[in-house]
Amino acid sequence: MAGGTGGGEAITMVSHDAHAAPQGFIRKWVFSLDHKVIGIQYFFLALVAVFTGMFLSLLMRIHLVWPNAHLPILGDIKPETYLSLLTMHGTIMVFFVLTTAPQGGFGNYFLPIQIGAPDMAFPVLNMLSFWTTFLGFVVLVAAFFVTGGAPLHGWTGYAPLSALQSAGPGEGLGADLWIISIAIFCIGALMGALNFITTTLDMRAKGMTLMRMPLTCWAWFITAILGLLAFGVLLSAGILLLMDRNLGTSFFVPLGTVNGVLTGHKGGSPLLWQHLFWFFGHPEVYIAILPAMGLCSQLLSVFSRKPIFGYKAMVYAIMAIGFLGFMVWGHHMFMSGMSPYSAFAFSIMTMGIGVPSAIKTFNWLGTLWRGRIRFSSPMLFAIGFVSLFVVGGISGPFLAQPVLDIYLHETFFVIAHFHLIMGVASIFGIFAATYYWFPKMFGRMMNETLAKTHFLLTFIGAYCIFMPMHFSGMAALLRRYSQYTEVAWMHKTDGLNHFITYAAFVTIASQFIFLFNLFWSMFKGEKAVDNPWEATTLEWTTATPPPHDNFGGITPVVYNGPYEYSVPGAPKDFVMQTDAQVGAKKH
Amino acid sequence: MGLVLLVVIWLITLVGSYFIIAKTWWLPVGASAAAAGIDHHFTITYILMGAVFIAAQLALGWFAWKYRDRGAGSRQAEYSHGNTTLEVVWTVLTVILFVGMNLASEPIWSSERLQGAHPGAVQVEVTAMQFAWYFRYAGPDGKFGATKPELEDASLGGAGALGLDPADPASKDDVISGVMVVPVNREIEVILRSHDVIHSFFVPAMRFKQDAVPGLAIHMHFTPIQTGDYELACAELCGLGHYKMHGIVKVVSDQEFSQWLAAQEAEKQ
Repeated sequence: MAGGTGGGEAITMVSHDAHAAPQGFIRKWVFSLDHKVIGIQYFFLALVAVFTGMFLSLLMRIHLVWPNAHLPILGDIKPETYLSLLTMHGTIMVFFVLTTAPQGGFGNYFLPIQIGAPDMAFPVLNMLSFWTTFLGFVVLVAAFFVTGGAPLHGWTGYAPLSALQSAGPGEGLGADLWIISIAIFCIGALMGALNFITTTLDMRAKGMTLMRMPLTCWAWFITAILGLLAFGVLLSAGILLLMDRNLGTSFFVPLGTVNGVLTGHKGGSPLLWQHLFWFFGHPEVYIAILPAMGLCSQLLSVFSRKPIFGYKAMVYAIMAIGFLGFMVWGHHMFMSGMSPYSAFAFSIMTMGIGVPSAIKTFNWLGTLWRGRIRFSSPMLFAIGFVSLFVVGGISGPFLAQPVLDIYLHETFFVIAHFHLIMGVASIFGIFAATYYWFPKMFGRMMNETLAKTHFLLTFIGAYCIFMPMHFSGMAALLRRYSQYTEVAWMHKTDGLNHFITYAAFVTIASQFIFLFNLFWSMFKGEKAVDNPWEATTLEWTTATPPPHDNFGGITPVVYNGPYEYSVPGAPKDFVMQTDAQVGAKKH
Repeated sequence: MGLVLLVVIWLITLVGSYFIIAKTWWLPVGASAAAAGIDHHFTITYILMGAVFIAAQLALGWFAWKYRDRGAGSRQAEYSHGNTTLEVVWTVLTVILFVGMNLASEPIWSSERLQGAHPGAVQVEVTAMQFAWYFRYAGPDGKFGATKPELEDASLGGAGALGLDPADPASKDDVISGVMVVPVNREIEVILRSHDVIHSFFVPAMRFKQDAVPGLAIHMHFTPIQTGDYELACAELCGLGHYKMHGIVKVVSDQEFSQWLAAQEAEKQ
């Protein structure tokens, strides 16, 4: 992969005519070509999306425990409304939060700076990918307001439910908009992926060998490769589904009836949709979590004042996770009617992906070991991430074994598993990134007291919401039930369900501490110095906020690895990547 | 703050582990031949993964507190880039743990899913549709009558809902029920079908779950070992009535089963 760029060899930068700093408001802040502005745009899109998605989850939790409640303005939540809420919650969170913020947002802003580049490789493409993603979000939200409302087929959109207008309310125009939105999102994500890959390979500053890249850059790079391979498949599947719905094709719909009425389709395979969807869907999990893994590796090193434990092992683990991530999709389908023989292969591969994940956890603990830990807010979220990654990770081997999945599939155990690891752990990565890079992005510090309060409430709150879901899953509580009034065994977990809803109230309320801190600090926060965390990577060598071309006309030259902390004999406890004197002696 | 983290992480670990060990919320008592093996494997997995969970969380809390920056008097962090030996040991141990756990569970999977039902198993065709379950028995001729999608009419219930073709002689003695009645200690061969969208046939007490997919007839089997009524529910999102798509598996003695089937047969005549 490194090609001729290994060792300490100098790298020739591709000629890049950095575009001039724009003057007008529109060119500067709306249709900007600057990766930093685009990164902030992605960040705010994800912020709007995450509060939307969170609000939907709040309505879901309310409905689950008080199914007959009459809500002010919104009125009654009907069973089909509940299913629309869960569909939109999942879709918004997975695509427009977990994929958008870590990669489009922070990746866009900091990848070029961390590798010493003046911008992304294709600035116009970068602008297009943001506005495409934005359009995707608008189209998705529009599904709420059309006749029949938003679709009820879940974020996984299993056919034929998602393919037949007659299968339920929301499966009309709402479902079409849902598919179109995802297709638009895929196009944006593909453009972004191309840009990230090219930028990483071609735009690194002199001395920034691949093996000197911060782990954040490795994570963004591998995530982009995953995106390039996965989103194309989802895009194709979405187009086929749209054709099934509107052009009378039968890719995913076999001969059948709805309510005794022939659907007019025949010969399609519902399992084909699942294969295509999960071929995207499983790598998508890693698209969401890899950037958080990279960032938390970074933060544990910075705030422990210690080099990362096993840098190379971390890089190889990221690659292994990315590679294996494409071979495990079938573990979502053990109960689907797929050949039970293939379950063997998918199960072993899935257990296999646990190995690099375990290596990472081990190395994170190894990084803390004998460190000198500073508990700044980004570090708290990084430590919280490790804790959540562990608890979310250890439920994986349960679900990865087909024998146990027979019982656990579609129960709340699954909800607990993927929310903790893909949802909350990744969100902790986003929070950590926000607290860590806010000073560089906005030139001011966020308030630490508010940040620590936010951390504690969110950390404990997340556990209170998702830990009990393992228990209700063990008691066979099924997901995607709009109410638990009908099936007798589901009453056993009523107490847990109430507890989870109360915990959700508190946790959601505490997110407003974050929101307040974010906007208040943007204008009133203490002015930030250029390197407030005493970190070594390139973004901390430049001005705050960075100039239009990132380094003010200078091209940085890199001499050191990204995690040189507490180097014996060095004047300070950190050695910048650009520090020639210390670096020359060391390597 | 290190102490706060230690307390919070350890407390979460303690509370979480308590409810697992106390089995406050747990699987219902197993009522099928496979349940004991599956539950045993659950326990093994819980012990192994629980040990990893507790060890990792305790270490995380402990390190956060122990290696906190104690100000001016604090020792400098150790300058180390890792330890390859430890890395290899850890990786090998994880591989053994994960692959071993997986291999240990494969005999159960093989007997449940790779091997078909034995000859002589009681055949029940389970048909799912928005939002009901129908159970069909082949009757004395041992043959299921043909069904045709164009004949399906849910409002008719029974044979009409299944689209049973009256022209087929094999359909004459088919018994259709809204409750799944099965004999105890006999292997049951389930033939799963769906008319419209994907549903999933889930009986927690039997440790049995399988999607019903339109266009496919999926053959599965389980052996109930305890008489009684066991609730089943749809486990795959199938539309607005998903939450109320449930039913009963009634496990009775062999004799009662024969009597019941005969009575259903008689009712048809």
